[in-house]
Amino acid sequence: MIANVDTSLVDWSRAQFALTAMYHWIFVPLTLGLSVIQAVMETMYYRTGDEFWKKTAKFWMKIFGINFAVGVATGLILEFEFGTNWSNYSWFVGDIFGAPLAIEGILAFFMEATFIAVMFFGWDKVSKKFHLASTWLVSLGATLSAWWILVANAWMQHPVGMQFNPDTVRNEMVDFMAVAFSPDAVNKFFHSVLSGWVLGAVFVVGVSCWFLLKNRQRRFALKSIKIAAVFGIISAGLIVFTGHVAGTIIGKTQPMKLAAAEGFYEGKEGAGLVAVGLLNPAKQTYNDGEDPFIFRIEIPKMLSFLANSNFDSFVPGIADIIEGGYEQDDGTIALPAEEKIERGKKAITALAHYREAGKSGDEATKAAAYKDFQENVEYFGYGYIKDINELVPSVPLNFYSFRIMVVLGFYFVLFFIVVIYLGYKEKLHKMKWMHWIGVLTIPLAYIAGQAGWIVAEVGRQPWAIQDLLPVTVAVSKLDVSSVKLTFFIFAFLFTMMLIAAVGISIREIRKGPDLPELEEGNN
Amino acid sequence: MDQTYIFLQQYWWVIIALLGGILVFLLFVQGGNSLLFEIGKNDAERKMMINSTGRKWEFTFTTLVTFGASFFASFPLFYSTSFGGAYWLWMIILFTFVLQAVSYEFQDRAGNLVGKKTYHIFLIINGILGPVLLGGAVATFFNGSNFIVDKGNILGLGGLESSSVISQWANASHGLDALLDPWNVALGLAVFFLARVLGILYFINSIDHEPLIKRCRKALIPNTAIFLVSFLAFVIRTLLKDGFAVNPDTQEIFMQSYKYFSNLIEMPIVAGVFLIGVVLVLYGILRTIFQSTYDKGIWFAGFGTVLAVLGLFLLAGFNNTAYYPSNVDIQYSLTIANSSSSKNTLKVMAYASLLMPFVFAYIFYAWRSLNKDKIDKDEIDTNKHMY
Repeated sequence: MIANVDTSLVDWSRAQFALTAMYHWIFVPLTLGLSVIQAVMETMYYRTGDEFWKKTAKFWMKIFGINFAVGVATGLILEFEFGTNWSNYSWFVGDIFGAPLAIEGILAFFMEATFIAVMFFGWDKVSKKFHLASTWLVSLGATLSAWWILVANAWMQHPVGMQFNPDTVRNEMVDFMAVAFSPDAVNKFFHSVLSGWVLGAVFVVGVSCWFLLKNRQRRFALKSIKIAAVFGIISAGLIVFTGHVAGTIIGKTQPMKLAAAEGFYEGKEGAGLVAVGLLNPAKQTYNDGEDPFIFRIEIPKMLSFLANSNFDSFVPGIADIIEGGYEQDDGTIALPAEEKIERGKKAITALAHYREAGKSGDEATKAAAYKDFQENVEYFGYGYIKDINELVPSVPLNFYSFRIMVVLGFYFVLFFIVVIYLGYKEKLHKMKWMHWIGVLTIPLAYIAGQAGWIVAEVGRQPWAIQDLLPVTVAVSKLDVSSVKLTFFIFAFLFTMMLIAAVGISIREIRKGPDLPELEEGNN
Repeated sequence: MDQTYIFLQQYWWVIIALLGGILVFLLFVQGGNSLLFEIGKNDAERKMMINSTGRKWEFTFTTLVTFGASFFASFPLFYSTSFGGAYWLWMIILFTFVLQAVSYEFQDRAGNLVGKKTYHIFLIINGILGPVLLGGAVATFFNGSNFIVDKGNILGLGGLESSSVISQWANASHGLDALLDPWNVALGLAVFFLARVLGILYFINSIDHEPLIKRCRKALIPNTAIFLVSFLAFVIRTLLKDGFAVNPDTQEIFMQSYKYFSNLIEMPIVAGVFLIGVVLVLYGILRTIFQSTYDKGIWFAGFGTVLAVLGLFLLAGFNNTAYYPSNVDIQYSLTIANSSSSKNTLKVMAYASLLMPFVFAYIFYAWRSLNKDKIDKDEIDTNKHMY
C-alpha cells in the first residue's frame, strides 16, 4: 500500500521550484536576446572600424552583464534543486534527465564563463578578432545551454528513448538521439530561444525609445532600434509558427494540457478556439454539470487546426480524456482514467511482488510478477493517482496564461512592423506616442514569457514526468518547515537581487552610452 | 558483471574526482575573497583583489555546477541521496554561492541597494562557508552520513507509515549533523585554509602592488600552518581508521581495518598521484615563502591540489570501497557499482567527456590572454573595464 502523501510538502516543493524557475526566467531571455544583438553591433564595429558601434555595443554589454549575473545566481539552485527537493524524481528518471544537464555544463556553461570574461575585460588585451569571436561565443554558449536544458524539459513533457528497469526501479535511457532530438525538444528549443530573442529585441527598442523620449542620443537610439526591430520581427514571426507546431505536438502528447489551456471539456470535431472568454468560477470538476464559461467568443474550427493541422479533426476535451472511449491518433481507443489507475496499481503491486520474490529466491513468482508488470508498466505512474480529478490541471491558470501569451505574441509582431515602418519613413524620432508604447512594451515581453512557462509546467500537472511519475511521488523526504524556510529565503534573496539589478540597470541606462550627447546627428 | 560497464563506472568516478580536484583548486577565488579585509587595507587594494579573482569566479561557479550535474548524470543515487538528504548542508553552500554570483557585478555600482561593503561581506561569507562546507561534505565520503536507501519505498514496501521516498535522511538536521563530527570539520578547515593559501598565491601571481604582495607573503605562513595541521590530522586519522569495504562478489559492505591505508598500498598509482599532488602543493608554497621574488607558486600548488584531491576521491571509491557510507546501516552505503547510471547513459556521457580537453584548451588560451599583465594600481585607476 502506498503511504498517504504529505500534500503540503508537495505544494511547497512545487512552489519553491516555480519561484526559482520564474525568477531565473526573468533574466535568461534577455541574456539570450541581448547576446545576439550586442554581437551584431560589435560585428558592425569590426567591419566598419567606427567607434560609434563599439560604444553602442559596450553600452548594451553593460546591461547584459548586470542581467547575466542574476541569471547565473538564480540558475545555480535549479541545477541542484532536482536533488534537494525532488530526490525520488532524481533516481526514478535521473538516468535520462541527468545527462543533458551534465552536457549543458561541459559544453555550454564553460563556454559562457570563459568568453564572457574576455568580452568584458579583454577589450584592451586581445585582438579585435578574438574579442568579436568571444562575444559571439558568449551568445553560442547561452544558446547551447538553452538547448540542453530544454531537451531535459521536453523529455518531462513527452518521455521517449527509455525503458523501465524493474531491477533498478528506474527508467533507463536506451536511445540518446531520441531524447536529444525529439520533435518536442527541437520545437521547444526554437520556441523558447525565439521568445528570448523577442524579449531582447523589445528591450532594446524600449530602452532606445526612452532615449528618444528624453531627446538624447538619437543616432544611438535609432540605430539600436533598427537592428533590434529587424531581429525582433523575424523572431516574432517565427515564434508564431513554432507556437502552432507546439500546439500540434501537445495535441498528440499532452491532450489534457491543450484541453485545460482551452477550457475545453466536451470534445468534438471542428472544435473552435476561444479567442476571448471568461471562465465560470462555479465549475469545480469536469463532471459537475456547470458550464465552463460565463461567456466566450470562438474562432470556429481553429482548435482542431491548432491541434491537428486539420480544421475538421476531433479534439478530445477534459471529460473525454478522463472517460476515454475516443479514437486516438494511433487508431487505438483511449482508456478511461479509472482503468489506467487500476492498471497502474497492478504494475506497482507486480513490481513489489517481483522484488520480494527476487529477495526470497522464488523464481516462479518472480517470473509471473514480471509478466504482470510488463502488461501494465505503461500506466505505472497512474497507480499513484488517488482521485481522478487530480488528472485535471488548473484550468483557469492554463486558460488565462495561454491567452496572455498568444495575444502578446501577435502584438509583438504588430509592434515590430509599426516600429520598422516608422523607422523606414524616418518619422520614429518624432512620434512621442510610439516612444511610450516602446517603453511600456518591455514588461509585456516578460509577462508573455512567464505566461508561456506557466502553461508548459502547470499544464502537465499532476505529472512530474508525463504519465510516468506524478509530483506526489517525486519529492524528497523533508519537513515542510524546511521547505517553507528555504522558499522564503530564496524569495527574499532573489527579490533583493531583482531590485538591485533593476536599480543598477536604470542608473546605467540614465548614464547612457559613452557617446557625445550634443554631437551633430545625435540630437 | 559486464566489464565494459565496470570500466565506465570507474571512468566516471575518475572524471568526478578530476572535477572535484579542479573545483578545490578553483576555490582560490573563495580563499582570496575571505582575505579581502585582512590583506586589502584600502579601497584601491580591495579593488585589485576583487578584479583579480573577479576574472576567474565564473570558472569556480561553472565547475561547481558541472561537478553537481556530472554527479547527477553518472551517479544519480548519490545525487538524490546526498542533496535530498543533506538538504541544509547543500542549501547553505548554495545560498553563499548565489550571493557571490551577483556580488562582483553589483558591489561597485550605484543603486545596488545594500552598498559596497555588504557585497564584500557576501564575498567573504562565500569565501569562508563555501570551502568549509564543501570540505565537510567530502569528508563524509570517509566518515559516513545518516541516511537510508530503500527502493522498495516507492512501491509501498516500507509499510503503512513509511514515506514513498527512496533516499531518506535519518535525522531532522538534514546534513548539519555532519558538522558534529570533528573529522569532517578537520577536512573542512583544511580545504578552507588551502583555499586561502591558493588565493594568496594567486594574488602574488596576478597583482603588482608591493604593499599588498608583502602582506600576502606574510599571511602565507600562518595559513599554510593551519592547512597542514588540519590536513595531516585528517589524512593520518583516515589512513588509520576502519573503512567501508565492499565484497565484490556479493556487494555486501563490511568494515575493514586500515581500509584506506590498504587502498593506498594496493593502488600504487593512486598513492603516487596523491603524494605527487601533496609534494607539488608544498613546493609551490615553500618556494614562494623562501624566495621573495617567486610568483609562480599558484601553478604548482594548484596542479598539486588537483592531483591530491583526485587521489583522495579515488581512495574513497576505488578498490571495492563504499564512497558514500551510511552510518544508519552500512548496507545502505553507496558504491560506484550500486549508485551509477546505466551502461548506455555512462557510454553517452563518456563520449561527451571527450570534449573536455577541447574545453580545457580554450580556457587555457583565454586565461593566458587575460592574465598577460598583472593588475596594478595604474590599471584600476585608469581602466574602465573593471569590477
